[in-house]
Amino acid sequence: MRLITAIIKPFKLDDVKTALEDIGISGMTVSEASGFGRQKGHTEVYRGAEYTVDLVPKVRLEVVVDDADVESVLDAIVKAAQTGRIGDGKVWSVPVETIVRVRTGERGVDAV
Amino acid sequence: METVTELMRIDAGDTSWLLVCTALVFVMVPGLALFYGALVRAKSTLNMMLMTFVAAGLTAVVWTGYAWSVAFGHGGRLWGGVSQAGLSGVVTQGTTNGVTYPVPLIAFVMFQLMFAIITVALISGAVADRVRFSAWCAFVVAWVSLVYAPVAHWVFDFGGADGSGAGWLAQRGLLDFAGGTVVEINSGAAGLALALVVGRRVGWPQQPMKPHSMPLALVGAGLLWFGWFGFNAGSALQANVLAATALANTMLAGAAGLLAWLVVERVRDSHPTTLGGASGAIAGLVGITPSCGFVEPWAALVIGALAGTVCAFAVRWKYRWRIDESLDVFGVHLVAGVIGCLSLGFLATTTVNASGRNGLLYGGGTGVLGTQLLAVVVVLGYSFVITLVLAKVIDGVMGLRIDTEAEVTGIDLDQHLESAYDLSSANSGVLGQHSAAHRSEVN
Repeated sequence: MRLITAIIKPFKLDDVKTALEDIGISGMTVSEASGFGRQKGHTEVYRGAEYTVDLVPKVRLEVVVDDADVESVLDAIVKAAQTGRIGDGKVWSVPVETIVRVRTGERGVDAV
Repeated sequence: METVTELMRIDAGDTSWLLVCTALVFVMVPGLALFYGALVRAKSTLNMMLMTFVAAGLTAVVWTGYAWSVAFGHGGRLWGGVSQAGLSGVVTQGTTNGVTYPVPLIAFVMFQLMFAIITVALISGAVADRVRFSAWCAFVVAWVSLVYAPVAHWVFDFGGADGSGAGWLAQRGLLDFAGGTVVEINSGAAGLALALVVGRRVGWPQQPMKPHSMPLALVGAGLLWFGWFGFNAGSALQANVLAATALANTMLAGAAGLLAWLVVERVRDSHPTTLGGASGAIAGLVGITPSCGFVEPWAALVIGALAGTVCAFAVRWKYRWRIDESLDVFGVHLVAGVIGCLSLGFLATTTVNASGRNGLLYGGGTGVLGTQLLAVVVVLGYSFVITLVLAKVIDGVMGLRIDTEAEVTGIDLDQHLESAYDLSSANSGVLGQHSAAHRSEVN
């Protein structure tokens, strides 16, 4: 099993969610995130004073999948989240040792 | 001084108007609290708001005790004396302030109390995020006693029916309808002095300290504008043409100030901002405060536009001077207050107010301008110097600043053990443990 984490542009969340549902991914965790990479932040002006906001708002989407599904999930996310402009985000996957469904106590792939 | 028999000559219309205006001015307390509270970061918004509210509590007590008497006791040129300490005898009297008004004195006492509350509360904006609450309370009491009450006496106390016991600036014919000197210049100069003694916030100006809620700031500014109608038009002390003119001028100057600041921003910074619009309206309202009962409506537009334009630039001075006068009490209230006071030297006319004077544009010569200038300089200087001394003494005795760690964590938690907003679902529902955890963390 692997944990796939995607940092994407907030307005792309719906597209990515739909793309994942289309390939049979039935659950995910979404949280608001902020950070920066190559994309620069922006400047706000209050009473003539400039404030640089360098942390850009993003959405972090996490989903745990079976090893066999990793490539298709990565592809689906990238395809749905891509605009081709700077700041599109990153996707990565890491191995997951154990997973337990809290309700039933099931372990491993059954719990995904 | 009027006697109980004079109460028979109370005018219901005038009295109703003054009572309504008194309540209107009190709306400026939550208005200011919201405006200031919104302009600081979320971690210090409660402290900011409570500084204004506690000023209402403390000033009401001090006012009753002796400050009313010192301000309006008709005692002499420099102070009103203590003959009406504890508001002794006030409830059986009519109002005499240079001339006799058919309103109960206790109504006038309360109307003027609201002015004192707003003035001292305005100062808190200069020292946002970093002052010990107990030190602020001590400052409020000391400042109302030693700065507000005497200055109010100089300007607002016109003495008995024969003018005896009037303040020295009132005697000289100073034109200040609703407190350009007493309220605006007074609080602006004090804000600057207090900010100098308290010092900059940790990280200012390198670290961004931007306002946390513009919608709340606009609600606050709107309430201030609303209350300002009572502040200015109520200062006529009667429900008459003068009150109506003052109300019209208040509206027009606020409108002109709002537009002027937006235009400056559009041209200078490329975007008109909500904070700019709100600040411009307040600058215009400050500018018209001394002049609303002495000028024609077109002049109110000019004064408002001038105040809005100049203040849009003045609020940037603090960055050049490196003084963390956090919410621009100096940059808005003092600067626009000076503009309003001096503008009377040109724009005052006796067609609006027969008991006023004519400025330069109405053939009155330079006399008015001279008196206005004198009052501006004296009130600014007195307020700045005495506030500086008061702040130094309070700092020495009890310490004005909270410590650096508390300031960075947030003054709300440190001074009040509260937080303004709890929007996370993880924190709600475990209140007992939550606050207990905070307590041990703070101690």
